[in-house]
Amino acid sequence: MMKNIQWRLGLIAVVIGLSVWAFTPPSQKVKLGLDLKGGVHLVLRVKTDDALGVETEMTVERLRDGLTRAGVQFSRLEATGSEEFRVEGLQDDRAFREQSVDAETVYDRLSEAGGYTYRMKPNIANQLRDETVAQALETIERRVNELGVAEPIVARYGARDQILVQLPGVSDVRRAKEIIRSTARLELRLVDQGPFPSREAALQAYNNALPADSEILPGRTEGTGTAGTAGTAFYVLKKVAVVAGNDLRNAQQSLDEFNRPAVSFTLKQDAAVRFGSFTEANIGRPMGIVMDERVMSVATIQGRITDSGQITGISREEMLDQVITLKSGALPASMDYLEERTVGPSLGADSVRAGVTASLAGLGFVVVFMAFYYKLTGLNAIVSIGVNLLILLGLMAFVPVTMTLPGVAGFILTIGMGVDSNVLIFERIKEELATSRGVRAAVNAGFDRVWWTIVDTHVSSLIAALLLLQFGTGPIRGFAVTLIIGLLSNVFTAVFVSRTMFELVLSRRHAHALSI
Amino acid sequence: MQIFTNANYDFIRWRWHAIILSLVVIGAGVFLIVTRGLPLGIDFSGGTSLVAQFGEEVSLDRVREAVAPLPGDEVVQQFGDAAERRVLIRLPQVEGAEEGVELERSALRAEQALRDAGLGSFEIVNRELVGPVIGADLQRRGILATLTSLIAITIYIGFRFRFSFAVGAIAATLHDVFVTLAFLMFFRYDISLNVVAAILTITGYSVNDTIVIFDRVRENLRSRRKEPLDQVVNRSVNQTLGRTIITAGTTFLSVLALYVYGGEALEGFAFTMLVGVVSGTYSTVFIASAIAIILSQQKGAKTPATAVPPAEATPRQGRKQGRVRAS
Repeated sequence: MMKNIQWRLGLIAVVIGLSVWAFTPPSQKVKLGLDLKGGVHLVLRVKTDDALGVETEMTVERLRDGLTRAGVQFSRLEATGSEEFRVEGLQDDRAFREQSVDAETVYDRLSEAGGYTYRMKPNIANQLRDETVAQALETIERRVNELGVAEPIVARYGARDQILVQLPGVSDVRRAKEIIRSTARLELRLVDQGPFPSREAALQAYNNALPADSEILPGRTEGTGTAGTAGTAFYVLKKVAVVAGNDLRNAQQSLDEFNRPAVSFTLKQDAAVRFGSFTEANIGRPMGIVMDERVMSVATIQGRITDSGQITGISREEMLDQVITLKSGALPASMDYLEERTVGPSLGADSVRAGVTASLAGLGFVVVFMAFYYKLTGLNAIVSIGVNLLILLGLMAFVPVTMTLPGVAGFILTIGMGVDSNVLIFERIKEELATSRGVRAAVNAGFDRVWWTIVDTHVSSLIAALLLLQFGTGPIRGFAVTLIIGLLSNVFTAVFVSRTMFELVLSRRHAHALSI
Repeated sequence: MQIFTNANYDFIRWRWHAIILSLVVIGAGVFLIVTRGLPLGIDFSGGTSLVAQFGEEVSLDRVREAVAPLPGDEVVQQFGDAAERRVLIRLPQVEGAEEGVELERSALRAEQALRDAGLGSFEIVNRELVGPVIGADLQRRGILATLTSLIAITIYIGFRFRFSFAVGAIAATLHDVFVTLAFLMFFRYDISLNVVAAILTITGYSVNDTIVIFDRVRENLRSRRKEPLDQVVNRSVNQTLGRTIITAGTTFLSVLALYVYGGEALEGFAFTMLVGVVSGTYSTVFIASAIAIILSQQKGAKTPATAVPPAEATPRQGRKQGRVRAS
């Protein structure tokens, strides 16, 4: 018997030791969530349609190129949606089909009156969307790291095109948001005409009929203002870029010839080759550096350029932000903010204080009540609830689980559950004692009879907590995890720890009475 | 010490009264939900919520005046202690507002309105902007989580006990969810994410309570095979009464600590838990067992007349306890 108690006590001591070790020192080991620490919580949606649209546009342009070179006649060829394009007025079907082989690996061909509609294969579209989100996630991760925030979270979230970004301790929300969302899509495109003072003026230059391969983008008149605001000019550019963001090898801070801030960039090998032959063929024509659908600068191609360029006429801050976004790579698609929550650090600190006060008040009440109502046996309950809280803290530090405001509520509920299990057992022991059995028999019967009740109650609570975990976002997940850990460790403390203490008391003195 | 020594209250006798009382409360709640609509917080409905910390004392009415010209109905409340000079301003989802850049517009407008009103210096210490997509998504997931948890718990109880008990437990749990909703309506609390978490916790708690009694019923059914089910249930409720009251009492007081000291952010959560704990205890004693008995009777079994008071609303002639079986 004594042997048995000794190894039980040993096990309990080890568990307590490990728990305390895991969360010491608490200020470093217990992670606080945004609601307690302050910070920014953002949910973005990646517009995956954008990426599909780019793919469709590119396919259309390649097909147009192929058809023109092979001399195949057609009256209309254009994208009709992000996943669809249409070709009409074909004279020679066989010659066309020879050219469309490539497109048909990605698109399903549907015969319709007057031509064909091509629709992207669903599995390829899904794959492309998935890749787009994954790529966006990586890019955002790199940018957030460049921001130098401690312990940021960047993860997929909810529906599959959503991304969660959490930046603890960040106060300048606006700058963070701009850096994260900037698509940083850098493109070099041929400028057809411009600048024009307004969009309308640009349209008029083409008699209101812009060619299908061109579009109007805002930019700025050389050297003044910020793009899109005062000093805005409009340019007509080719839709297809010669060089795109993912052709970029590097970007760095530099100065232009007038010692103003600028961003220099270099191109990857294959892009450099392409760019070289392009510039050679277009000497004397203007080329625009387009970033995020804005013309940053326009330069006349003086000669063959291969692998480098410069963005000029920007402020110092713009320069820094652009280097971050360009270095981190382009986002494959533009994004929207769906949710933004900012908690100031002072509010978080107040919540921590309130949570600690509430927990201590709850615990204090339970201790007083148990000692008063169950006398010495009440100490059993107090010890087992105390051990439960130590294990909970230890596991939270070990897993690790982020402590949130609802997590504090989880702590208080864990205290409540600990009380419940102990009360259940003690009341049963009292009942058994009332039927005038011996003390030992009553204790044994109390624990044995209540065991399945405790299993049932804990399983049903676990079911609710697990579903909360599935449903929960952020803070609610913290609550659910706290509850789950609390429930599991409560089975150990209320049954194993408490029973060991009973055994200890019963073995010391061959008691005929129990202080309960 | 003992709260109840050999308690022997006839709870089962009051089951119809209890059911009617519950139906009245739930009916009032449902009526309010239908007429006023469920007051969804910005987590679910989308919208903007700001907490402004003012440099000097400012009256709520002046803040209200300042934001009144903004579109939609604004809510302006004291946030936490008056001495902290924090004011919560909630703005509804602007109709047709695009996500993204637009998400910020209400917040920026409100900040501008506060500046223009000359209320002294202030700092925005908390800002929450929730777009309609997120809100709708959370609504769907909240309903799904509540329903699946109810179904999963029913299956577990049906497996551990028997079907009529599972229905009784789930009826009691639904009862608690609706009573809690009714009280949230009476006291004009918004349904926030935290409140839903509290409701889900209540479902677990309520089932807990019920299981403790059903476990005792199962045990008593094994040892007292001659007794009719309603008496066994009544005895079981009485035997576990001490535990029920102590647990409910301590949980209630711990949650009360949360309500009093937990701060503004957890108030809705704590209130929901307070109502849920009371309702959960009441429903365990009166509703769960009543429904388990009623359902068992409806199986048409017959037993000899028993010594339960005749005030019973159901005929107890010729019932058989032979069907009563522990699993």
